[in-house]
Amino acid sequence: MQTPSLELKGSSFTLSVLHINSIDLEKVAKELDSKLAIAPQFFIGAPLVVNLSSISDSSYNLAALKDLLTSRQLVIVGITAAINTLSEQAKTLGLAIIKSGKQAQSQPQLPKTTKLVKQNVRSGQQIYAKNGDLVVIGTVGNGAEVIADGSIHIYGTLRGKAMAGASGDKHAVIIAKTMEAELVSIAGQYWLTDNIQANSTTKSGCIRLDGESLTIESLPL
Amino acid sequence: MTQIIVVTSGKGGVGKTTSSAAIATGLALKGHKTVVVDFDIGLRNLDLIMGCERRVVYDFVNVINGEANLNQALIKDKRCPNLFILPASQTRDKDALTKEGVGRVLDDLAKDFEFIICDSPAGIETGAMMALYFADIAIVTTNPEVSSVRDSDRILGMLQSKSKRAEESLEPVKEFLLLTRYSPSRVTTGEMLSVEDVEEILAIPLIGVIPESQAVLKASNSGVPVIMDQESDAGKAYSDSVDRLLGEELPLRFITEEKKGFLKRIFGS
Ligand SMILES: Nc1ncnc2c1ncn2[C@@H]1O[C@H](COP(=O)(O)OP(=O)(O)O)[C@@H](O)[C@H]1O
Ligand SMILES: [Mg+2]
Repeated sequence: MQTPSLELKGSSFTLSVLHINSIDLEKVAKELDSKLAIAPQFFIGAPLVVNLSSISDSSYNLAALKDLLTSRQLVIVGITAAINTLSEQAKTLGLAIIKSGKQAQSQPQLPKTTKLVKQNVRSGQQIYAKNGDLVVIGTVGNGAEVIADGSIHIYGTLRGKAMAGASGDKHAVIIAKTMEAELVSIAGQYWLTDNIQANSTTKSGCIRLDGESLTIESLPL
Repeated sequence: MTQIIVVTSGKGGVGKTTSSAAIATGLALKGHKTVVVDFDIGLRNLDLIMGCERRVVYDFVNVINGEANLNQALIKDKRCPNLFILPASQTRDKDALTKEGVGRVLDDLAKDFEFIICDSPAGIETGAMMALYFADIAIVTTNPEVSSVRDSDRILGMLQSKSKRAEESLEPVKEFLLLTRYSPSRVTTGEMLSVEDVEEILAIPLIGVIPESQAVLKASNSGVPVIMDQESDAGKAYSDSVDRLLGEELPLRFITEEKKGFLKRIFGS
């Protein structure tokens, strides 16, 4: 017997959903660009579903929106919660119409792991610890980026960008032996160099979220 | 075993070609058979600094394309019997450098030479990547200023991820810092980063500090690598760097401000 060259299997994926809340494309473009400037790695190349529940204008130009997103290297796989005319447009654009399942169908929680990096992270390099903490034994240079869904520990100097709680964990922290970061962010709340300097008096630092705002305290190192 | 050394930086105009010429000449003067290869296709600088621009017939790209063999393209240095130059092409574009082509030429050179010095172009494009891809040792040429240090850091990242040694998970490329155009007085005034600052940021072993020096311009204009000028501070600093590359331990020179004498203070230098 021949082995079939096709096989259809069910499988579920988690997709990020981009909610479009304004019909003003220029406004959307501007806000998107500023988001991308801060954290391109959250979006670029990742499959996105566009939620159009706020768009009730049946003459809305979906093709233009798609072009806008594609030109920023976002990969749009489909739309959801759209009015009928927009769903029709989506079909002609080759986009899938996706019905969101109930949140209850949530993914089984993966155990948290740790990613250990035992060298300096250089300008232009990017390291992402998915579903876990990131420990860097070394320095993170200006222009380098370290990202973790959990916490980030740097046994060296943090000069580049560090983004902890990248998928929303508000309990994540960023710890560095010497804190000279260009940017730190936890669950989307961020500080630039000036904010860090204004809030800290010591070399070392532990940054965490206190409610909706970041705080820094020194470490007894 | 042949050692392939890339002289690289990211940023342009920091002294890669000056350093490639000096280091290659220094190694040859120490008795090591050395070839210096110009990867800066389209610009062709090395042959000027080596003083052999009028003797270029065939170039690196000709050899890669099989239009000439190595013996036809290699230029033997007039001053130093152990030294050869493989010049770059002035006319062709950078895409002429392919991994296979460059690898083949370097393999051929390795049969004859102890050291192959690759003078990298600036940037992080194909030319620079080809120059560093096969390296065993990288001399990261850096000026004591923020943008140059940043670019060097970037290149160090490339060495760690894009070199052959990285791709094949071999022992990593040995990285050395060569700080060039160092001006102690401008460090004192805070216009430039200090040796310690740069070492701290890049965190790789320092192989030499070359002072900003009139001798370099004089040397390039006369087509004699500055290391041949052993009266000059830059020449001596390059000699020290070559010795360190060969494993010697030497103290650093020319890193503190020279005290000007009474007459110099009055009349200037
Ligand atoms: N130590 C130095 N002192 C003074 N000028 C220098 C020194 N090193 C390099 N230069 C000058 O800087 C310029 C760029 O040098 P070059 O070696 O061509 O750099 P690159 O190959 O990195 O572009 C040249 O004009 C050279 O003469
Ligand atoms: Mg050059």
